[in-house]
Amino acid sequence: MPVMNIKDFSFTYPGVDSPSLKNINMKIRKNKITALIGPSGCGKSTLLRSMNRIHDLYPGNKYDGIIELFNTDTNEMQNILDIKKENEFIELRQKVGMIFQKPTPFPMSIFDNVAYGLKIAGIKDKSELEGRVEQALKDSVLWKEVQDRLSKSAMGLSGGQQQRLCIARAVAVKPEVILFDEPTSALDPISTGAIEELLVELKKDVSIAIVTHNMQQASRISDHTAFMYLGDLIEFDKTENIFLNPKEKQTEDYITGRFG
Amino acid sequence: MRLIINKIVLGLSTLSALIGLAFLGWILITLFMKGLGSFHLSLFLNDLIDGGLRNLIVGQFILAGIAATIGIPLGMAAGIYIQEYGRGKYAEVIRNLSDIMMSAPSIVIGAFVYAIIVVPTGGTSGFAGAIALAIMMLPIVISTTDNMLSLVPKELREAGIALGASKYKVIVDIVIKAAKVGIMTGILLAFARIIGETAPLLFTSETSNYFSLDLTESFPSLTVSIYDLANEPEESSRDLAWAASFILTVLVLTINLAGRFITRNKKR
Repeated sequence: MPVMNIKDFSFTYPGVDSPSLKNINMKIRKNKITALIGPSGCGKSTLLRSMNRIHDLYPGNKYDGIIELFNTDTNEMQNILDIKKENEFIELRQKVGMIFQKPTPFPMSIFDNVAYGLKIAGIKDKSELEGRVEQALKDSVLWKEVQDRLSKSAMGLSGGQQQRLCIARAVAVKPEVILFDEPTSALDPISTGAIEELLVELKKDVSIAIVTHNMQQASRISDHTAFMYLGDLIEFDKTENIFLNPKEKQTEDYITGRFG
Repeated sequence: MRLIINKIVLGLSTLSALIGLAFLGWILITLFMKGLGSFHLSLFLNDLIDGGLRNLIVGQFILAGIAATIGIPLGMAAGIYIQEYGRGKYAEVIRNLSDIMMSAPSIVIGAFVYAIIVVPTGGTSGFAGAIALAIMMLPIVISTTDNMLSLVPKELREAGIALGASKYKVIVDIVIKAAKVGIMTGILLAFARIIGETAPLLFTSETSNYFSLDLTESFPSLTVSIYDLANEPEESSRDLAWAASFILTVLVLTINLAGRFITRNKKR
């Protein structure tokens, strides 16, 4: 079952004539990991950043087509490209979280980092906050390392810990989907391994879309893979099919390292 | 040949640096010798009318303090607007105007405030002086805020937005916190700058020989009094001017060093 359904989606950056994404059709399936792969400039990050409309921070972008998100309240699909009001944007981003390439801890304590999204969502009760923060840190396998220094600044954590903290922060608000934009490319192999394990663990509770430059990573952790090239979605299938039995010549060339 | 040229250039630039430093050292040594010679603790206990500096030091702090209370919030708000909200030409115009204001001669700002406040209100006042100092401070605070906010990575803003925070919340909770140390340092340096200014006060607040908290009248000022005392014929007045200069220099140096200290400790 898809939580997100992208139909005939095109995207154009401001001041550019030709669209950066052309007629994309794909689905993000519930409790699965969907990987977006392709060479630099293929539009995979642009597509990911459309799924929570973070593009709208900067004016002048043009969306065409439909990106539907499953609304758990109404049990219906809702087109997120129709969103115009600030409070609807806030709701969208609480349902679709995002993790960035470089860890982005806020300049505050570890506890306050994880509690930030919860406070914005309107949770004020102290014991509920504490419970949710603890659960989120446990879910992101950081609890043991930070439980006795929750009031210390998050800036003192290592890169890998900071990234898991950001994941905890996103998980805490219980989103439907979390978007990962190359979450391990700034991390060492051990931290990368920890994050990969964590993603596989997390998909029990949340659906995941991940942009990655690392094809081994895509084949290790994802259930579905989309291969993109120059703004087109070339092939979208189960991960094993993409890596073992690609239908398109371009996909095969990329997977085998002949270009890109 | 290249090695010789290299040595000559190195020698010349070292010499220039030494000459510059020598003059700086000369100024400081003269100031310390003459200043310390006339320095006495009773200077802090008596007002100028009794041969002390108490009213002037307090007055200078009050003027700079009021200027900071006006200049810091206004400047920060403008800096935040330019960096976070302003788009395109409008913000660019404000940024350029602020840069031009920064290089405006301080005596011109004094003359401006004289024309728009002192003349209409019929006389010099502490308020006019404080406003002149605030105008001096404004562009420095604007530019520091603008620059320090621009150093905050855009991913941090996006991360806040991606958690469902509004733009306003992200700026207040995250971006300003991330830039806090730099902004504080800039503000401290701006304060150090205005507390040593004479020209903006010369014909706005003037100075007074008496202790005063009345901002509607001429207001005691250390810098303007140094200017006046140095022009007096008596030896005692000029000694007092040296002592005042010494105190002022130590003050400004301390604030400057404090600013640098904060940056060095917090940056790591």
